[in-house]
Amino acid sequence: MDKEPSFKKNPLSLQIDLSKFSQESFAPATEEEKRQQDVMGESTTFFKDGMRKLFRNPLAVMSIIFICLILLVIIFAPMVVPYKYEEILSVEGRRDKGAKNLAPFTYSELEQKYIENGGTRFPHIFGTDEMCRDYFIRVVYGTRVSFFIGLFAAIIVLIIGMLYGSISGYLGGKVDLIMMRIVDIIYSLPDMLMIILLSVVLQETLQFPSGTFLARLGTSMVSLFIVFGLLYWVGMARLIRGQILSIKENEYILAARSIGAKPGRIIRKHILPNCLSVIIISTALQIPSAIFTESFLSFVGIGVKAPMPSLGSLANAAREGLQSYPYKLVFPAVMICLIVLSLNLLGDGLRDAFDPKLKR
Amino acid sequence: MIKYVIKRLFLAVLTVFIICLITFFLMHAIPGGPFNKEKALSEATIAALNARYNLDKPLWQQFILYMDNFLHGYLGVSLKNGREISAIIGESFPISARLGLLAMAVALLLGTVFGSTAALMRNKLPDRLIVFFSTLFTAVPSFILATLLLLLFCIKFPIIQVWSANKINYLLPVIALAAYPTAYITRLSKTSMLDALSQDYIRTARAKGVSKFLMIFKHALRNSLIPVITYAGPQIAYIITGSMVIETIFTIGGLGSKFVTAITNRDYTMIMATTIFLATLVVIANLVCDLLYKLVDPRIQFD
Repeated sequence: MDKEPSFKKNPLSLQIDLSKFSQESFAPATEEEKRQQDVMGESTTFFKDGMRKLFRNPLAVMSIIFICLILLVIIFAPMVVPYKYEEILSVEGRRDKGAKNLAPFTYSELEQKYIENGGTRFPHIFGTDEMCRDYFIRVVYGTRVSFFIGLFAAIIVLIIGMLYGSISGYLGGKVDLIMMRIVDIIYSLPDMLMIILLSVVLQETLQFPSGTFLARLGTSMVSLFIVFGLLYWVGMARLIRGQILSIKENEYILAARSIGAKPGRIIRKHILPNCLSVIIISTALQIPSAIFTESFLSFVGIGVKAPMPSLGSLANAAREGLQSYPYKLVFPAVMICLIVLSLNLLGDGLRDAFDPKLKR
Repeated sequence: MIKYVIKRLFLAVLTVFIICLITFFLMHAIPGGPFNKEKALSEATIAALNARYNLDKPLWQQFILYMDNFLHGYLGVSLKNGREISAIIGESFPISARLGLLAMAVALLLGTVFGSTAALMRNKLPDRLIVFFSTLFTAVPSFILATLLLLLFCIKFPIIQVWSANKINYLLPVIALAAYPTAYITRLSKTSMLDALSQDYIRTARAKGVSKFLMIFKHALRNSLIPVITYAGPQIAYIITGSMVIETIFTIGGLGSKFVTAITNRDYTMIMATTIFLATLVVIANLVCDLLYKLVDPRIQFD
């Protein structure tokens, strides 16, 4: 390298002209220079990055906090409050007939007497309903039912939609064509009408042995789940199929394949993480829509079975005494709105954090 | 284009047929015939009634008969009051249709106006307010809003008279029904308006000195309306189901409240006929909207 090159360098050549470099250029790096190569920030994974973005979104954080609060209340309130949702109030074994339609934080005459005599009575935070039942615990159970339905329906939709969509997307060709025509037809059925029809029929035909979990849930709830399983998965299936089809065509899949990555690795490392965000987001947005549907059905009168409350059926029952007891409407109504609102905001936040490209 | 129209028409007819099939067989899965009343009828009477209504024939023949009647506009007789269902639909559907169309018109108009305003005044106070309210109203079910409106304007502050003998006051029902689609269309048209405003042709228009008014109304708004049109079709289905509860709450005798009554009364023939009627309506509305969409936006490819 000490020797001068014997030929004259072409001025247009991009070849490195070694004569321009002095001896020091090839000296080993000093400790300080080496440290510049150190990675200061930890590398983030896709999931970590998304979560960081999510927690930077104040609306999403607020909805997460609110949802957690609601979850805590619906889990622990039944343990704290000594009333049951179907229990008609009684004081020391005597039916409390005066405890009808009490305002929030008031006691009936019988209860007041009992308290004066030294007894303690848990306050009726939301008052009582027309059948002398504690309204707070009914709203809590109603929220529980609504949440449970939303979550369960979303899971059903997720499982069926994912299986159907991924099979259709992977196989492609004729199978895909036929499977998607079926989806097209189900998609064009008016869902709400079909739900009403199916719930009406299933309520008449389904019978469960009494005492089982399904019987306690009531035929209408089970029929609601059946309907979700039959009809609502099509949107999810379409979405996932589309995702898989478009991801399969991406260059990075081709690149991965060309350097000899095995199909298992391609699916695990490339296709799944790219689908995952869409799946999470649409599942999160599925929950409020299921809660909406349930409350609508309960409002029409084909929702949960009678003693079991749901937010929709509570709101419907409150219409009877709307003039005198408007707060009975306000509690479940505000509850539905807040739950749906926070779940919507959370879903939007998830979408912004995990997939900014996706627009509804 | 023609191939696409034929394909969509075929799909629509197939869907209606499948809806009829599902409805018919579901209704027949219910135990107990239509003549199971509290008073037990004699065997001979039931046989005669079954023969009269063709219920003694095999199921597939009954289905063909039902389809034949359906195509001729005859939808059977209500089990509860014995009236012809086509007559009931004929007198109650115009009320529902009027309510639904009014709500839809309000939603489309207000939604695009609010959405475009929000997009044009991005990050200013009107935008913030519009975003806040549109987010809020997408979380309020129509029946809750309707009951709250009723509570507020008819009971607490009796300004608006809802119940009157002969004239229907459409104001509150339309507000309740239009709130959700308005909020949704607002969000939709805001995003699409922002999208349209960032396009190259807007910059070109601005560069050649087109006035702001023309730029917004001729170039941006027209393009931003395309997603709104796609949304409007499926929205018909929402309006129909929404108007069921709204009509029940405001005691308007439209088809929606008749349907809800039929559900609570378990009036099976009425449920069946109304479902088929409304479902057909939804399918037709979707078809028309899809075709219009392709007509409005020539960039869409026909596959």
